[in-house]
Amino acid sequence: MRQIRYTQALNEALHEEMERDPSVMQLGEDIGPYGGVWEIHRGLLSKFGPMRVRQTPISECGFIGLAVGAAMSGLRPVVEIMYIDFITTAMDQVINQAAKLPLMSGGAVKVPLVIRGEQGSGTREAAQHSQNLESWFVHTPGLKVVMPSTPYDAKGLLKSAIRDDEPVMFLEHRLLYGEKGEVPEGEYVVPIGEGIVRREGKDLTVVSTSYFLLKVLEAAQTLEAEGIDVEVIDPRTLMPLDINLIVNSVQKTGKLLVVQEATVVASMGAEIVRQVVETAFDALQATPRVIGNAHVPMPYSPVLEDTCMPSRGDLLETIRQMAVGTRSKRIVS
Amino acid sequence: MVTIREFEELTRRLYKEHVIQGALHLYIGEEATAVGACAALRPDDYILSTHRGHGHCIAKGGDLKKMLAELAGRRTGYCRGRGGSMHLFAPDIGLMGGNGIVGGGIPLALGVAYAVRYNETDQVVVCFFSDGASNQGTWHESMNMAALWNLPLIFLCENNQYAATTPVADTLCVPDVARRAAGYGMPGEVVDGMDVEAVREATARAVSRARLGEGPSLIECVTFRYEAHCMVLADHRKRPKGETERWQGHDPIDLLEKRLLNDKQATSEEIASLRQSVLDKLQEAEFFARESEFPDPEEFRAEHERGNWQCVR
Repeated sequence: MRQIRYTQALNEALHEEMERDPSVMQLGEDIGPYGGVWEIHRGLLSKFGPMRVRQTPISECGFIGLAVGAAMSGLRPVVEIMYIDFITTAMDQVINQAAKLPLMSGGAVKVPLVIRGEQGSGTREAAQHSQNLESWFVHTPGLKVVMPSTPYDAKGLLKSAIRDDEPVMFLEHRLLYGEKGEVPEGEYVVPIGEGIVRREGKDLTVVSTSYFLLKVLEAAQTLEAEGIDVEVIDPRTLMPLDINLIVNSVQKTGKLLVVQEATVVASMGAEIVRQVVETAFDALQATPRVIGNAHVPMPYSPVLEDTCMPSRGDLLETIRQMAVGTRSKRIVS
Repeated sequence: MVTIREFEELTRRLYKEHVIQGALHLYIGEEATAVGACAALRPDDYILSTHRGHGHCIAKGGDLKKMLAELAGRRTGYCRGRGGSMHLFAPDIGLMGGNGIVGGGIPLALGVAYAVRYNETDQVVVCFFSDGASNQGTWHESMNMAALWNLPLIFLCENNQYAATTPVADTLCVPDVARRAAGYGMPGEVVDGMDVEAVREATARAVSRARLGEGPSLIECVTFRYEAHCMVLADHRKRPKGETERWQGHDPIDLLEKRLLNDKQATSEEIASLRQSVLDKLQEAEFFARESEFPDPEEFRAEHERGNWQCVR
């Protein structure tokens, strides 16, 4: 099968959905002649024109609000946020408007809106360009939250998100943009709400999404040589969460580790542990754990950023300790 | 202006060597706005900067060593390596911070100006922002409150013709940002942002109003960013042919140099020697930054007790 980049997979999804449905439109900064700073909008303006590919001023609150209003009026806007950090300037429109209008209107209006953009740490861009905000959106009733980790899922899930009648937060990772993967030529979709077992194993269940999933898979590969057999689950969608897939795995392995890039306090990882503990407590043979970024605004200096994120070594060590069933080493500083 | 230009050239080199990492936004071409504006200020006046803020820091009297060390992520930097290029903070020289969020610093400037009024001093605040930021709600809200409460705030727009890759004609509903001042009942003025003296004079008028308690002003400096939005984009290569060259023909440093020579205020030898002294200072700063230690991760963890470090490893 052909291999394409994550960004190209997204670009194809946008082209195909705009061809399929005339109500699909794009909004965002720099998405016109330049094709978006991440080049995900290449070729859209020349094919579909400025009414459907609307390059905006730097007015996130305004154009996300515009997208909500347009979605209420029958359009299917797809909005790009250049860095997820910038969505904070538009949170009223996301949280109080987009997420709430379908219920408050008693179903009189729908908000078929996709807000997509990249997030992530590890690129030395300091505190205002390094956040992972998925847990904020999961915490808000009324939003779906999707976090694809492969080009195949990026394309298939974006198509599903565009066809969905509810607002969807579609969270990418800028370090995934250059990753290549198999994507078939023809039409397909990946349904929202279905996780996938990326690797089967019997000793430990590791749940991870987005860029960190690649690190987890690499760690699982390395540990195979040591006789540690890790099962890796990629939920792909965080809301709604495919909790059954995770619970079934934990019932098999008896151990749960969530690996995420987001800061850990009150996060998705904490939520997954809560749900597993509440539904499958008896299956647990060890304390479930979450590892992720430290609870600090991300510092710029490379040595400091690295100390705030789990390293490859941290990941290997945590899995080893959990796999043999001893309580993990704790560094309390 | 020469210091800023050469500083930026140095950061470009250090970025290629990975001494500076992450986001780096060059100010080349826009030097006259920072220098002209800060020349009209007292040392105890405040400025608020942007993601493209090296020029502002230098113009306000920033220490080149501490700046470069910050950009290199060293513990000797202005923010001990925590902030980096977009987030230079130096309250000792009146720099109340750069900002990674377009328009994010504008309400902060409003707050600094409020504190000045609160403390009943005659300091003023200059808020640097771009044509792009003038389309953020924060800008409009702050313009209204600054005028409403008569705050000593100068909104200093650096209209560099592009918001990232998008030309200003595609983002502004009026030809000049300065026209918007009328809607908020404050004076708005367009000046040649490549002419450092014009910027200084316009800022001096606004400063004088603000010190006398006559309220805020808006100054739009028409300037140009010669380089890409940041180091990982190549938008400057996709501009209309000849556009950058046309602006380079009106270069702020050349303009001042010619004026100084014509008016016999300086000789070419003096200018050459000034340039050399700038290069010497930058060499010292580079040496300082390269030789400085990185911050200590252990110390950082100890400083942040609520970091939940047991979840990192």
